[in-house]
Amino acid sequence: MDPIIILQAGVASGTVLLFAALGEVLAERSGVLNLGVEGMMLIGAMSAFSVTIATGNPWIGVLVAMFVAGLLSQIHAFIVITLQADQVVSGLALTLVGAGISLVLGEGLSKAGTVSLMPNFSIPLLSQIPILGPILFTRQSVLVYIGYLLTPLAWYYINHTRPGLHLRAVGEYPAAADALGINVFRMRYMYVFVGGMLAGLGGATISLAVAPGWFSELTTGGQGWIAVGLVIFAQWDPIRAALGSYAFGALRRLILDIQAPLTLFGMDNPFYYNPYWGFFLQMLPYAFTVIVLVIGSREAIRKRLGAPAALGEPYIRGERGK
Amino acid sequence: MTESNKLPSGQTRIDSLEMRGVTKRFPGVLANDHVDFDVRSGEVHALLGENGAGKSTLMKILYGLYHPDEGEVLLNGKPVTIASPTDSINLGIGMIHQHFMLVQTLTVAENVALGLPSSRGALTDLDRISKRILELADIYGLKIDPSAYIWQLSVGQQQRVEIIKALYRGAALLILDEPTAVLTPQEVNELFVIMRQMVRDGHALIFISHKLHEVVDISQRVTVLRDGRKIGTRPTSETTKQDLANWMVGREVGFIPDRGDVTPAEVRLQLEDVSCGSDRGTPGLRGVSVAVRSGEILGIAGVSGNGQRELAEAVTGLRKIVSGHVQLEGRDVTNFPPGELTDRMLSYIPEERMRDGMIKDFTVAENLILREHHKQPYSRSGFLNLGGIATHADKLIRDFRVKTPSRETLAKNLSGGNIQKVVLAREISRDPRVILAAQPTRGLDIGATEYVRMQLLEQRKKGAAILLISEDLDEILALSDRIAVIYEGRIMDIVPRADATPEKLGLLMAGVHPEESTSVVK
Repeated sequence: MDPIIILQAGVASGTVLLFAALGEVLAERSGVLNLGVEGMMLIGAMSAFSVTIATGNPWIGVLVAMFVAGLLSQIHAFIVITLQADQVVSGLALTLVGAGISLVLGEGLSKAGTVSLMPNFSIPLLSQIPILGPILFTRQSVLVYIGYLLTPLAWYYINHTRPGLHLRAVGEYPAAADALGINVFRMRYMYVFVGGMLAGLGGATISLAVAPGWFSELTTGGQGWIAVGLVIFAQWDPIRAALGSYAFGALRRLILDIQAPLTLFGMDNPFYYNPYWGFFLQMLPYAFTVIVLVIGSREAIRKRLGAPAALGEPYIRGERGK
Repeated sequence: MTESNKLPSGQTRIDSLEMRGVTKRFPGVLANDHVDFDVRSGEVHALLGENGAGKSTLMKILYGLYHPDEGEVLLNGKPVTIASPTDSINLGIGMIHQHFMLVQTLTVAENVALGLPSSRGALTDLDRISKRILELADIYGLKIDPSAYIWQLSVGQQQRVEIIKALYRGAALLILDEPTAVLTPQEVNELFVIMRQMVRDGHALIFISHKLHEVVDISQRVTVLRDGRKIGTRPTSETTKQDLANWMVGREVGFIPDRGDVTPAEVRLQLEDVSCGSDRGTPGLRGVSVAVRSGEILGIAGVSGNGQRELAEAVTGLRKIVSGHVQLEGRDVTNFPPGELTDRMLSYIPEERMRDGMIKDFTVAENLILREHHKQPYSRSGFLNLGGIATHADKLIRDFRVKTPSRETLAKNLSGGNIQKVVLAREISRDPRVILAAQPTRGLDIGATEYVRMQLLEQRKKGAAILLISEDLDEILALSDRIAVIYEGRIMDIVPRADATPEKLGLLMAGVHPEESTSVVK
């Protein structure tokens, strides 16, 4: 149980949550709640893995995964933006659809043997920094480094660019944006698509980097839900979403590691001798997610947390598309 | 008017804009029926009509939010196509919506920047935008801080941001959709000062309202719409309020209902130092004390969102009272459940009549017994007495002149005015001791408004104690015996009707005591 290793692995596995959470932050900032993250991650993980087997090139696998998950998200976009249906129901259905498609098409992939994965490398100089170097910049996947870049980029985009300003306006008060000639429907479709792509990237990060392979629904193991919870926890802010993701990644790793040694602090390790204690620990992140989602479902609390004011509400104009 | 065709903002003037034969159909409704309308540079053209007359539809067509089925728009004599707000903005048309189109969590500058191309490509250029906002603010005498967040601004200031937003986009013609509905009388005056200056500078303004005195005050010409059709256009100076009202309604209307003299008797409803929370967790009422007597209407005036809703809900048992007491006919009923208050003959005409006043998917007859359904003759030993319910419904529909195909019609299929008549019939026909009426005529046309007000005065004559909450100052002044002004959850002052003027009430509504206001007026 080396803390450095736990944190290092935590950052890697946190990257999965990070991509999914960033995507969901963008979608929700535009006013669309997409609970289908788990389904989009699964289809991303499956597509990334199978395309990499077929082409031998993991980069193509990642790109296809993003595209496929983005496509899947457009089902949700159509249902909630154009047909103006309930976003919660549609999102849940999307998870089922995504999981169903992935399990059928992924049948047999688990026996596929080895594939080439996304490259790992250390960053010269940065990896020499004490403590942070080994945790953040040593033998990490290229995807982890992309995550480092994407987080501040997303933050800057939302808060300091013109399209980011439009994004916030559409999520807060779509009628105002519409009256100024901003196409609310197109914007929402676009950000749901981006959210889908990032969820797909999260899935690909699992199957091609963090926990390589295809293990049907256990591949994601509910991380999509944790990502959704993290968005509320992070109050729709990319930086906080990143910190939360890494913390959860580290926690995941800690839970695994803590079950390994025979003794803990000089005593018999209960997590080793009694597997039920291990299960209990593994449950905690999900329990957290359930609690956050329940709390976040109360409108008054959501408002106080600073949720986009139009989150979950379809935008209906007197007349459209004529 | 200047010789050149430029406005002070640097934009080209719109000399004339004409809408010809505009027709718009919605499913089952002809919203605009071959309407002609025109506006010129340097005038305020008022568009007057009741709810559903088609004013907003016509203007939304002009602004590109709706597409007309027939008709054309001519700008400076040339036909133009307006397919979206972007088109109308490019033509120099701006619209100040009734509900402000401002994002609360963004700053003034950010709101202005929305939808505009940036001089720095994908990055924002808020510094340049702020500079230009200050320039425009200076030219038009609109005080505004570009870096302030919208939620920090008062309603009047927010409206100025809307005007700046339109000017920034080069608006030469401004559509103001019921701009005074949310303002205090002082803020209305300030707005009119701004509007007059814009007109002098060569802007063309369209002013939508159903408040006749404002139309007479500000406009040069007035067009009246009724049932989607244009009734006529006249120079305002050649009309009177009475003419305009008759045009709007299509018949003679009496303005001020005869109040009659009633001597108030015993106190029926008393609030002592009542405090409660609001939905946002902030204090909603902060120690409100008022008393309403039998045969008296106490009006609660105030700008929207100053505790009116909390007050109504606290009195009717829908909101928990944190401290203080409510007495109904001398008995303490603080935090009694609504049902108990109903049985003590408290009636409630709620502000959100579609949400709190009735069950949309119930029939008219069922809605009419919501309060008394558990009593004879409407039910006996747990079973509904359909015969009794039907007789009751037919009687009320007749007495209150509810326009409905039958008593079995679903409430949601009635018009707004008739829905309010159903609520009124139910609440008043039981001869209540106390009536709480919240915004009883909001959204109703003149005819229905007249009717509701007459019914309230009738109840006053019969000795009911009436607490009237309204954001419509004209209504408060027309009906109340005494007027209490609520501001930020407190009663600023209670004035007898004889001493109340719109100016005095307006100051109180803005949180200023007239005695101390000599230097504070802004």
